[in-house]
Amino acid sequence: MDKPKVATTSLAGCFGCHMSILDIDDRILKLIELVDFDKSPVDDIKNFTGQCAIGIIEGGCCNEENVHVLQEFRKHCNILIACGDCATMGGIPAMRNNIPLKECIDEAYKNSPSVYNPKNITPNDKELPLLLNKVYPCQEVVKIDYFLPGCPPSADTIWQALVALLNNKPLDLPYKLIKYD
Amino acid sequence: MSDNITFTIDGVEVKARHGETIIEAADRAGIYIPRLCYMKDLIPHGSCRVCTVMVNGRPQAACTQPVVQGIVVENNTPAMQKHRRNLIDMLFVEGNHFCMFCEKSGNCELQAMAYRFGIPAPKYPYMFPDKDIDASHPDIFIDRNRCILCGRCVSASRDVDGKTAFEFAGRGPHKKIAVNAEANLGDTNAEASDKAMSVCPVGALMKKRIGFAVPIGSRKYDTKPIGSEIESSTRK
Ligand code: SF4
Ligand code: FES
Repeated sequence: MDKPKVATTSLAGCFGCHMSILDIDDRILKLIELVDFDKSPVDDIKNFTGQCAIGIIEGGCCNEENVHVLQEFRKHCNILIACGDCATMGGIPAMRNNIPLKECIDEAYKNSPSVYNPKNITPNDKELPLLLNKVYPCQEVVKIDYFLPGCPPSADTIWQALVALLNNKPLDLPYKLIKYD
Repeated sequence: MSDNITFTIDGVEVKARHGETIIEAADRAGIYIPRLCYMKDLIPHGSCRVCTVMVNGRPQAACTQPVVQGIVVENNTPAMQKHRRNLIDMLFVEGNHFCMFCEKSGNCELQAMAYRFGIPAPKYPYMFPDKDIDASHPDIFIDRNRCILCGRCVSASRDVDGKTAFEFAGRGPHKKIAVNAEANLGDTNAEASDKAMSVCPVGALMKKRIGFAVPIGSRKYDTKPIGSEIESSTRK
């Protein structure tokens, strides 16, 4: 029988959660016996090859491309996990949510002391995904089945979640694995 | 004074003294009733409602409700726990609680309550309200993003420090913790050594230059759930 597939992605995140996935250390050998990775930075597969058992989302949505990728994950994954504080509450990128978008862009490309931008250009190439007005947690864009808080969630948290869900067991995290920092 | 009142919490008989509140009697009996705004030795504010219990079938705040002979109190029931969880969820989405860089993380009572209830994420949409920080004082600061309006600092400053450095201003969603000065915190007579500076349950009213002093793993709630200190105390 084919192994179940797992897909992962980093939206508006810092790849810290993916580092934490790798932090399961030698259990990664057990993991590749249990599952095949589909679309994921882990194996650099860019497009879904089929339906996946589990999708792991790092990061919330800060631009239209994030929304598109998240919707693709919802379509292709039976179970969707929001992994880490950015995915579950917006995280550090959401600190911009109280600041008008124009002000954020001006700070980045015009006003901040380290800016060198003699032609006063604000990037607006059509290839660039448009920024959203705010940064949104994943559950405010698509239905999310499970949440793993933490910045990042510990490798043990991610491991326990994967093993439980792959074995059709309820995901009951013990006290020491629910952490918001 | 003698324990001359008896009543029950979830069927367990508890002895209490005349004039005590339900939460005080429960604490002495080693029964934990979750709470956020209540703090021993301060005048109860009764505002967070996390301590809500059923008293003879009616909801009451355990931190303000006095004991009466023979009352039947329901505390650790699915209905009460659900009500509390909803309140905790609301507190998270109504503020800007960035635990990942907060100096209070690991020692925060709001965060610890969410851990105790096993909440992986609040179920309501985030509001990301516009709040400000007042860092004008050399030794202390207010970060209103994190304030849960518990009133502890108000009571401690007024009733213990004798200063009335803090008070609430505004109503509804505009309610905020304000300072008793023309302009900012730096213009008040509040000091780092005040009782008010050691009561904030979250990271809203903080002393400067002490953040992150305790490493992850050794902080108050890293391994022990909030309330376990009461539950493990010997039942009297
Ligand atoms: S600053 Fe802290 S102690 Fe004061 S009302 Fe806000 S949460 Fe309570
Ligand atoms: S602890 Fe009783 S209302 Fe807050």
